[in-house]
Amino acid sequence: MNYETVIGLEVHAQLTTRTKIFCGCSTEFGRTPNSQTCPVCLGLPGALPVLNRKAVEFAIRTGLATNCRIAPRSIFARKNYFYPDLPKGYQISQYELPVCEHGWLDIDLGDGQSKRIGITRAHMEEDAGKLIHGETPETAGSSLVDLNRACTPLLEIVSEPDMRSADEAIAYLKKLHQIVVYLGVCDGNLEEGSFRCDANVSVRPFGQKEFGTRAELKNINSFRFIRQAIEYEVERQIDLIESGGKVIQETRLFDSGTGMTRSMRGKEEAHDYRYFPDPDLVPLVISPAWIEEVRATLPELPDAKRHRFVEELGLPAYDAEVLAADRNLADYFDACVTLAKDAKSCANWVMGEVLRKLKETDTEVVAAPVTPELLSGLLARIADNTISGKIAKTVFEQMWLSGETADQIIQAQGLKQVTDTGAIEGLVDQVIAAHPEQVAEYLSGKDKLIGFFVGKVMQASQGKANPGMVNQLLKKKLQG
Amino acid sequence: MTIYDLTLAELRDRLDRRELSAAEVTGAYLERIAATNPQLNSFITVCAETATVEAEAADRAIAAGETAPLTGLPIAVKDIFNTAGLRTTCGSRILGNYISPYDATAIGRIKAQKAVILGKLNMDEFAMGSSNENSAFGAVRNPWELSRVPGGSSGGSAACVAARQAAAALGTDTGGSIRQPAAYCSVVGLKPTYGRVSRYGVVAYASSLDQVGPLARDVRDCALMLQAVAGYDPADSTSVDTAAPDYQAGLTGNIKGLRIGLPREYFIDGLDDDVRRAVEQATATYRDLGAEIVEVSLPHTAYAVACYYLIATAEASSNLARYDGVRYGLRAEQAENLIDMYMQSRAAGFGTEVKRRIMLGTYALSSGYYDAYYLKAQKVRTLIRQDFLDAFEKVDVLLTPVAPTPAFALGEKVNDPLQMYLSDIYTIPVNLAGTCAMSLPCGFSADSLPIGLQLIGKPFDEAAILSAAYAFEQATEWHKRQPEI
Ligand SMILES: [Zn+2]
Repeated sequence: MNYETVIGLEVHAQLTTRTKIFCGCSTEFGRTPNSQTCPVCLGLPGALPVLNRKAVEFAIRTGLATNCRIAPRSIFARKNYFYPDLPKGYQISQYELPVCEHGWLDIDLGDGQSKRIGITRAHMEEDAGKLIHGETPETAGSSLVDLNRACTPLLEIVSEPDMRSADEAIAYLKKLHQIVVYLGVCDGNLEEGSFRCDANVSVRPFGQKEFGTRAELKNINSFRFIRQAIEYEVERQIDLIESGGKVIQETRLFDSGTGMTRSMRGKEEAHDYRYFPDPDLVPLVISPAWIEEVRATLPELPDAKRHRFVEELGLPAYDAEVLAADRNLADYFDACVTLAKDAKSCANWVMGEVLRKLKETDTEVVAAPVTPELLSGLLARIADNTISGKIAKTVFEQMWLSGETADQIIQAQGLKQVTDTGAIEGLVDQVIAAHPEQVAEYLSGKDKLIGFFVGKVMQASQGKANPGMVNQLLKKKLQG
Repeated sequence: MTIYDLTLAELRDRLDRRELSAAEVTGAYLERIAATNPQLNSFITVCAETATVEAEAADRAIAAGETAPLTGLPIAVKDIFNTAGLRTTCGSRILGNYISPYDATAIGRIKAQKAVILGKLNMDEFAMGSSNENSAFGAVRNPWELSRVPGGSSGGSAACVAARQAAAALGTDTGGSIRQPAAYCSVVGLKPTYGRVSRYGVVAYASSLDQVGPLARDVRDCALMLQAVAGYDPADSTSVDTAAPDYQAGLTGNIKGLRIGLPREYFIDGLDDDVRRAVEQATATYRDLGAEIVEVSLPHTAYAVACYYLIATAEASSNLARYDGVRYGLRAEQAENLIDMYMQSRAAGFGTEVKRRIMLGTYALSSGYYDAYYLKAQKVRTLIRQDFLDAFEKVDVLLTPVAPTPAFALGEKVNDPLQMYLSDIYTIPVNLAGTCAMSLPCGFSADSLPIGLQLIGKPFDEAAILSAAYAFEQATEWHKRQPEI
């Protein structure tokens, strides 16, 4: 029998607010355990939560960018369960009335087709702390609790079960990832857990209307592992059904070592979280004016950017894709275009030299020593024939090292292109005189040899001669 | 007249005229506490050292002319308030050795005025109780009759003020926990409107009902204490951003034309004859003072106790989950594993009534029961609140008994929780409605036990009940009687 895969995804995006969602502690990663805590995030007796307005703004941003309806009134609820990393014995989350609902994202299926994936809801909640299980001789056998992460803001974005393959799931995740990073609401770091994904996976015979029983896959911290986990799980479920078994609703952990999923807890052991509205927090009321205020600050999103790069700047689809993939890179490119005008040459330089150098030196684009201002200065010298494209690459290397302008380097090193006909003529004459054999061959019809002569003249000029002029003069002289 | 017989207002006057120093006052009170606490057990912790230091600081402030209304005045606080550097037990074994690292907002406010904090007062464990018998630190005795309970859960606060162990106290009221003990001990107690005083740093019992309030010897002192703690606090999302008026300014004694409502559902079977007589007399006094007395109806009153014991216990079951032995408080040392540690710590740390309420609340929130219990209770709560708003269309304040009977005997209701719960039948609806009310002395029973009168005001109209209470106090002598201890 043929089976259809059904996937729904739950993404936990850690919001990059400076302070925690319900207290004023810093959210900075990697500090001394429990150094970023206070009575509120330690769950001390009598402490009360106060909602971080910035976290709400980030939730609204994300909601708007994923086409959600922003709830005018939403409610925080307590999710009750005991665990040592959960200081209050409950997690403050949203349950019945989340802040965002009814959104969608369009994903590219790779064949020019696109598909709309529904977003059921996005709700705000606080993160738990971390348990560290005795890693040193002194702590062996004991568990330590670090509450620095407790109470950091999360946005849980829940999709509809609209994906039908691991490819679609990855496309959706990458798209969502790109959006939250673009919005600046999440740093998108999968390894550090600031962008976490749980996958609900089920299979059903093709044509069947009802969904099959689903398993919830947890503990997946890279796009590659998500694919692996889904593919493994689909195969496991099909094998199970084919061999007469039944899929049970359960939570399964993905083991990146074996590439397999294993049962964590079944439905019968499922928690009764006893959700109820948190009496310590008032309903979150979001006015239409606030929504519009946030909407006005939304950046241009990747889809819109790609579209503009193709339609308005005339870039090939591939270039637009590469440049729009990262917001900072796109901003860099846009800044270059604004200054240098020629979009295609900007695209070539950014995608070529700039990206290469960033990779080589492991630098973020925002920290590139050659800024858009400096790069456009260089492009201007190519455009006005001061230097050739080839010399420009050398100049670029030096700009990267020194941070100087193209003009400074050209000036200091005398790299100005020779456009004086007399001077170039002299070099052309020398080259022709020195290579009589090649001249004879050229005259006998080997036109390609023109490249050889151009190379020799350029070499003699130390690259400074204007290649167009050299070409022209050579042709004229060789033909006598 | 001894120092500890003076009211806050009288002490203020003596301190300002340098006839007394804060150090002398504090010393007198510490002696009084030492002499009387063995009988009453109203204090869990006496803070002699810090109080002495605070008194010296207050004297310096007074000398420098930097005097706030409470500067140098001797106050005690229920052990539910977090007090930095001091033990904060909430009457529970599970927090028996817990030293809080921070001050509750209310504590911060009285400290900012340089009040002197004499100590932490006994209470029913986690404020769950109506007799103060549910304390891990032993029962408190009623200063009027040592075989009787002082009421609860702020039993230590009421007994302390009645017995002149502090000039005034702070308590909390979730279902009557200030008003009922105030009535049993013949002091003035006020539960402000929900949101009027910050709950930050007050160990939570039932978050949507808990409210901080004063217990004092007379209405003026009560107003002075309320003034000190009232007002918006950004650290409590449920505190309300409206300025508190000048409560003392409204204490004129003139209440001509005040419309007072008597809810007919409060004068029912089970109301003790002495209590009924005292409340009727009080009504007559108000009529004499020029008030208009109107009968009103609060039709959903009969459902209030049931509604309260669903909502309060549901919230409590969640609020008390943090006492798990992981970060602070009692931890069972012999546990086999994590679950075992939770179970043993909580089994050993919580008392019977707390366990009963955690179980009730857990049940009310459970999947499959939530709609029938918690959700229905919330709907009933809305109806009860509406009852009050409707009544306040017709009258300015409501007048009722505080409790159906005077103080009962120690041990009398310990094994009958339902009977115990009914002692809050007249106070609970006010918490559900979220409005303000106070208890003031209005007489004594045939066997000389205090009886309290409850005045209920419109939301955020504490000024109206204080004014009405002051007029009654001016016309009567009940508040001047003192227990012989
Ligand atoms: Zn914190």
